[in-house]
Amino acid sequence: MSSSRSHAGVLPGFGLSLGITLTWLSLIVLLPLAALVLLAAEQPFERTLAILTDARTLAAYRLSLGGALVAALVNTVAGLLVAWVLVRYEFPGRKLVDGLIDLPFALPTAVAGIALSAVYAKNGWVGQWLEPLGVRAVYNTTGVVLAMILVSLPFAVRTVQPLIEELEPELEEAAACLGATRLQTLRRVVLPVLLPGVLTAFALCLAKSAGEYGSIIFVSSNLPGRTEIAPLLIMNRLEEFNYSAAAVVAIGMLLIAFVALLAINLLQAWTRRSQEA
Amino acid sequence: MGGGLPALAHGGAKSRRAKHLTEPRWVRVLAIAAAIAFLSLVLVLPLAVVWWEALRKGLGPFFSAIGDSDALAAARLTLWTALVCVPVNTVCGVAAAWALTRYRFRGRQLLLTLIDLPFSVSPVISGMIFVLLFGAQGWFGAWLSEHDVKIVFAFPGIALATLFVTFPFVARELIPLMQALGSQEEEAAVTLGASGWQVFWRVTLPNVKWGLLNGVILCNARAMGDFGAVSVVSGHIRGKTNTLPLHVEVLYGEYQFSAAFAVAALLVLLAVATLFARHFVAWRMARDRAAVARADAEPSESVDSSAPRVPA
Repeated sequence: MSSSRSHAGVLPGFGLSLGITLTWLSLIVLLPLAALVLLAAEQPFERTLAILTDARTLAAYRLSLGGALVAALVNTVAGLLVAWVLVRYEFPGRKLVDGLIDLPFALPTAVAGIALSAVYAKNGWVGQWLEPLGVRAVYNTTGVVLAMILVSLPFAVRTVQPLIEELEPELEEAAACLGATRLQTLRRVVLPVLLPGVLTAFALCLAKSAGEYGSIIFVSSNLPGRTEIAPLLIMNRLEEFNYSAAAVVAIGMLLIAFVALLAINLLQAWTRRSQEA
Repeated sequence: MGGGLPALAHGGAKSRRAKHLTEPRWVRVLAIAAAIAFLSLVLVLPLAVVWWEALRKGLGPFFSAIGDSDALAAARLTLWTALVCVPVNTVCGVAAAWALTRYRFRGRQLLLTLIDLPFSVSPVISGMIFVLLFGAQGWFGAWLSEHDVKIVFAFPGIALATLFVTFPFVARELIPLMQALGSQEEEAAVTLGASGWQVFWRVTLPNVKWGLLNGVILCNARAMGDFGAVSVVSGHIRGKTNTLPLHVEVLYGEYQFSAAFAVAALLVLLAVATLFARHFVAWRMARDRAAVARADAEPSESVDSSAPRVPA
């Protein structure tokens, strides 16, 4: 990797810094991940297939992915709204609300989980009002989605917020001068510019939500085959010392994460291009 | 995640927009109300309820839950984990940022992607890979039990899992910053005879210190607050391998709700302190940038005022 031909510039420390980086990356990230990949690859194909198509595995994937899709959709719309309101409108407490958005980044997921269950359980602040309506918001799939929304919210807002800040007022000015109504301007001029960012926000929320564990286990009933998310299935297989099954389920999740990662990178390249254009 | 952590927004108050460039008043009011209602439901109420539940039975039970010996042991373990992981990942993050922004080499793009990898791995998987390596039936399991070394269900395992999940934070903050700064100043220093370490301590570090601090703050918050990865490798031994977030889970599982919320309230405080620290850093960063811009505008004035001294 460190061919001397490509080592340009006069600054010293190339060998040292790259050495530290590669050693540390290999020890902490690559070697452990390789153990996972090898263990999954060691399994005979039929067994891998059997684990992956097991009803419980499929249900777990469906819940983690399906829930993540719903949470990402909700957060994409809500995140766009919140970002727009924070950038464009003046209201008392705007700075405070803006600061609050980052909280889920810094909050341990277990705390988010027990907090949600306290608010939405049937005797909770919000739950007691939902109960007479026959709506149960926790200990079912709704709870799973709710926790996913909470933990991935900052990704949605903070991805589109800078794009709205950088919108050139001339674009909207021109559209208005040419006789467009405000709604037309928003739909035909503003939204297309924000679209790559909005899609990136969606992919980020999806990836974060699909892998989420800590907050969900407190607001789900965690029933195998029904409300058991994929990370919890991995956890349960590990507790049964069924390492190979845990590894196969994990590899499936890693593949999903990598597809999301690839999509995000392509979308970000698109965002950069559309900003330069 | 691929994008890592989005940067803090610094959007200042916008001057009032012309009428044809904004929405009608009723739309604005409705949008603000909807945004605040949504945030209240998913963010504000859950946070408020933690403190409410923690203090509902009075201050006595609150302090006894926090002063409990298991809680104190969990707090100590959390602090030790952060004390080990943050410095190590800070040094590595700085090394990675230096290698990746100051040189061009084959595989650089790949390395950038690999550094981000832990962001896109589910926390549970981040913990389980260390069980696969060091667990009783893992690769090195037999060798470890022969030599009586405990990694999984002990502090080393917790530290390893935390190192994995906090790996990208410092590098992710520094790389874009150092890329944007360029290396002219450092090259000038080398040309003038400075050694590599002198360049780093006197030129690079003063330039990137706020970005570095921001990365350290994020790394620390995650190191103290991680739940999924640590819960796989910890084994949940009370008073021994429980970190604070795990202690919350144990108490909650034992139906000791007010104690669980008391410990959770501490973690909320930690999160709020993290946010305040980040805002302070963002504010100082903006101030330094403004000072540099002023110094650039008046070339007669010495630049020293904007470049704080850091002992070599």
